[in-house]
Amino acid sequence: MNSNLKRRLASAAFIIGFFVLWEIVCRAFHISDIIVPKPSQIIETLWMRMPQLWPHTLQTLYTTLVGFGFGILAGVAIGMLIGSSRLAYDVAYPLLIGFASIPKVAVVPIFVLWFGAGAVPAILTAMIMSLFPIVVNVATGLATTEPELEDVMKALRASKLEILWNVGLPRAMPYFFASLKVAVTLAFVGAVISETVASNRGIGNVMMIASASFDVPLVFAGLFILAGLGVSLYVIFSFIEARVTGWAMRKDEFAMG
Amino acid sequence: MTSAIRPSVADGIDPFVELEKVTLTYGRGARTIPALGETSLKVGQGDFVALVGPSGCGKSTILKLVTGLIKATSGYVFVAGREVGAEPMRVGMAFQNPTLLPWLSIRDNVMLPLKIVEPFRHQYRAKRKTEFRDRVEALLAQVGLAGFGDKYPWQLSGGMMQRASLCRALIHDPQLLMLDEPFGALDQFTREELWAIMQDLWMSRRPTVLLVTHDLKEAGYLANRICVMRSRPGQIIEDKAVHFPRPRTIEVSYTPDFVAMTQHLRELIVSARPAKEAA
Repeated sequence: MNSNLKRRLASAAFIIGFFVLWEIVCRAFHISDIIVPKPSQIIETLWMRMPQLWPHTLQTLYTTLVGFGFGILAGVAIGMLIGSSRLAYDVAYPLLIGFASIPKVAVVPIFVLWFGAGAVPAILTAMIMSLFPIVVNVATGLATTEPELEDVMKALRASKLEILWNVGLPRAMPYFFASLKVAVTLAFVGAVISETVASNRGIGNVMMIASASFDVPLVFAGLFILAGLGVSLYVIFSFIEARVTGWAMRKDEFAMG
Repeated sequence: MTSAIRPSVADGIDPFVELEKVTLTYGRGARTIPALGETSLKVGQGDFVALVGPSGCGKSTILKLVTGLIKATSGYVFVAGREVGAEPMRVGMAFQNPTLLPWLSIRDNVMLPLKIVEPFRHQYRAKRKTEFRDRVEALLAQVGLAGFGDKYPWQLSGGMMQRASLCRALIHDPQLLMLDEPFGALDQFTREELWAIMQDLWMSRRPTVLLVTHDLKEAGYLANRICVMRSRPGQIIEDKAVHFPRPRTIEVSYTPDFVAMTQHLRELIVSARPAKEAA
């Protein structure tokens, strides 16, 4: 048996064990549903109320992915701008850090003020949440390009754009994809925060209403859905990353084509 | 291949590369550091010149000046009769570090200059790569890398990467080849193997080569002329022609003439070192 399979089995056992332990603790200490529901109960709720939850799940997925898409576009553009010149890097970085350290919950009311409650603030919040890791990673990837590589290109009389296209961007790809994995989960956080504060649709909103009516199993069901979506997107982007930037990890599968 | 070598250009019959009273200082105002004192150098077309000297004597600076990567503080640099940078010329470069792009296969790495340098970039799409592919395969075969085109740089040894790096520097038939200690990080046997390959490449293509090296044996084996430099400020203090017939073999480097030459050069360099370092 290879070690890879062993690791996967151990990981699966750990996850299952976690929920089994949760179930046992709930039953053994007679913990009330209103405080922490049992996993079996949460799954039952998920199953029974799926028709009701499904449109909200789609809504959250939609706002997250649209916001994430805009985040990628804006993030790559800003990252390229900042990373391609030393001056821009030094000038823009402090402001960028300033923006990045603002708690994003605080800007949701502003978006609501500008665009009204609904999908738009959720998309925008998802976007700004996912923006910063992408900007910082793309900029770092570009800024750390080896000077000799640039010399080789300059000696060939390559234009700035050609150097960026042939050397800078491919070299920044591993940084970019590493940031996508983080950014996509952050985009989720952003969308849900906004839905919780100002929306009548989405998982965030469902959880808000459920907690107001003490429907705790439904709140946890919402959490399960969010965790499931988050993990799925993470897996998808990890897969793309491995396909595209396998060279950075010196994978033989990459070399096979 | 015969050993017919054009005599080295001593006094300017149509030099291909010419440095005329070139100086280079880093920094401005009171805190300037002279990297290169007034230097003049003429290199004939198809010649092979080695630059040797203590570290920090401005050997690499000369390479960068000739390729136009940096501008001279004063004086002129001419390549092919024009001031450098005035019009595009084909230059190949190889460094101590192979600087291959890790995300490209060896073939695509070697092909990179063809995507960028005229007139190849124009033909790049039209020819649908096949002709260029053959060209790359032929060159890889010449340096002993036949069949390695599909490999990625990290799957190759240091010596093999350096061969691929030489291929990349030569694929676009450069008029000028700049070698900045390309064999410096290799073990002795690999290095001697690559000297033979380098000599072979030079004799079959005849680019004008400037080689920076610390290794006097390497300079003697490869070059037609050896320029010895001293440091602070960098200056050429000796310009010595090397007359051993081509193709040279490693055995030549053990003959008394060769040993006497390297010994002489070595003494020059030692005496040219700044006093505080000589201690």
